[in-house]
Amino acid sequence: MQFGIFSVGDITTDPTNGVTPTEHDRIKSAVAIALKAEEVGLDVFATGEHHNPPFHPSSPTTLLGYIAAKTDRIILSTATTLITTNDPVKIAEDYSVLQHLADGRVDLMLGRGNTGPVYPWFGKDIRDGISLAVENYALLRRLWREPVVDWEGKFRTPLQGFTLAPQPLDGVPPFVWHGSIRSPEIAEQAAFYGDGFFHNNIFWPMSHTRQMVNLYRRRWEHYGHGPADTAIVGLGGQFFMRRNSQDAVAEFRPYFDNAPVYGHGPSMEDFAAQTPLTVGSPQQVIERTLSFRDQVGDYQRQLFLVDHAGLPLKTVLEQLDLLGEILPALREGFAQGRPAQVPEAPTHASLVAAALAERASAEQSVDEPAIAVDDVTGRSPYQAAESGEPR
Amino acid sequence: MSERTLVVISAGVGTPSSSQLLADRLAQASQRVLATAGAPVEVRHIELRTLASDLAHHLTSQVPSPALADAYAAVGRAVGVIVVSPVFNASYSGLFKMFFDLLDEGAMHARPVLLAATGGTARHSLVIDTALLPLFHYLKAAIAPLGVFAATGDWGDPSGHLGKRIEAASRAFAELVVERPGTDVADEFDVDIDFTDLLRG
Repeated sequence: MQFGIFSVGDITTDPTNGVTPTEHDRIKSAVAIALKAEEVGLDVFATGEHHNPPFHPSSPTTLLGYIAAKTDRIILSTATTLITTNDPVKIAEDYSVLQHLADGRVDLMLGRGNTGPVYPWFGKDIRDGISLAVENYALLRRLWREPVVDWEGKFRTPLQGFTLAPQPLDGVPPFVWHGSIRSPEIAEQAAFYGDGFFHNNIFWPMSHTRQMVNLYRRRWEHYGHGPADTAIVGLGGQFFMRRNSQDAVAEFRPYFDNAPVYGHGPSMEDFAAQTPLTVGSPQQVIERTLSFRDQVGDYQRQLFLVDHAGLPLKTVLEQLDLLGEILPALREGFAQGRPAQVPEAPTHASLVAAALAERASAEQSVDEPAIAVDDVTGRSPYQAAESGEPR
Repeated sequence: MSERTLVVISAGVGTPSSSQLLADRLAQASQRVLATAGAPVEVRHIELRTLASDLAHHLTSQVPSPALADAYAAVGRAVGVIVVSPVFNASYSGLFKMFFDLLDEGAMHARPVLLAATGGTARHSLVIDTALLPLFHYLKAAIAPLGVFAATGDWGDPSGHLGKRIEAASRAFAELVVERPGTDVADEFDVDIDFTDLLRG
């Protein structure tokens, strides 16, 4: 089970003192937060991608490349990489380079982006969102897997004889998660390819998250990747912790009440009851987080949104210290009763090992053909029959 | 769900309100006609005034309260829907519109609906044709051919004209419910999409 944080990268005024961080402050804060995440023992740091104010992360691989140089262990990811408005060729290049620089500590989560006006800035149309995600990802997969790609599609210029440089590290592309809140097509896409599925979860009743995850699990099994409980699931979540739960409630309330998206809306208590938000003591956060698997089954990755709502950097770092303190309890709790067949989230090391194993078994089957082949053509009579050729 | 349910949505803001009163009369008449026609229904009343803050919060936070989610689920399963709005500034009220703005896309599709409104004077009576009709046409509802507008004066009118209009509209609506009752909205997470179809573009 992996634990980590994901950042939207919003620049929000601190409602308690009216201070708005500069873009420079927030970019440097993102680095400090990522370093802290590694320090407290988290497994994943993921950055959002946005191309409009009030957000700063328009160039995720620049940010992640810098963090890669300053960390040793933590996996660098995204939440999300825009598969709609980015050119898949550029995604393949950027994340290949990042993968080499970070020695494989890279995966990414693809999303569509829900801000209509951004699409035309990149020559796209939000109404094509699903089609863009489907076509662009189909191309991205080939770019990372085939030495020479000839390709023609609806949304970008054709490719003739394209070879990706650099090739993915060790010939193994980064693992891909697909993030979606309510589009069944994206759960379907993740299931079809045997990729991970991530539900943002933070603005939604858990019952809704469960429906999407169940759909993905069902279709994972349908497409032959294994039983439904072996699918690769990630969830978002959010908390505000203090040792004393009343302190957490009092301190977080002004941030909650004025936060973008849900501020000036439901009461913090209602929102906490209806979504996974937990405002309270470390023990409350442990219990609530462990309850997620009652809804979606044993899963692989839990990311928390911690730097938001205008919280100052100092507070965010304190939250991460507290998260580090409860991490052993979370790891232990999720390990309890976890069936042996539920896999861990793929990492570069596990994907390399899987690729080597697959190659070894392929070589073995060449050495020892399972069925007779024609001495002259080297073809099997079964192949000939299937292709309709005379034997 | 095996129960056939008629959902009655009223946007009156007072208690009691004339919209609520009209909604009750239409519901009773429709229920009676349907029972006689051998198609009995349960009636579920949704008073939007009790959901006003939930609607506002859902609009800005995207999180439906449990009560609101339950109301939307009821609409998605209703064999027919009766809607009643008071007239505010020559149209349906903002509260009324908010409920339908936040309804899942397709929830009213082909679902029988009886349009009704209340207002201070009969001079507002075209609101059914000028405001409610375009909205529910847009939502692709199966709109019953007769709507009912009740002005303040109608309630004390001894002629019984309002009662006759309620009766006639309920009959026309009930016929529609018998012929083409609304069906359960498909569970959007229970559909199998063939990804190879998506790949073909």
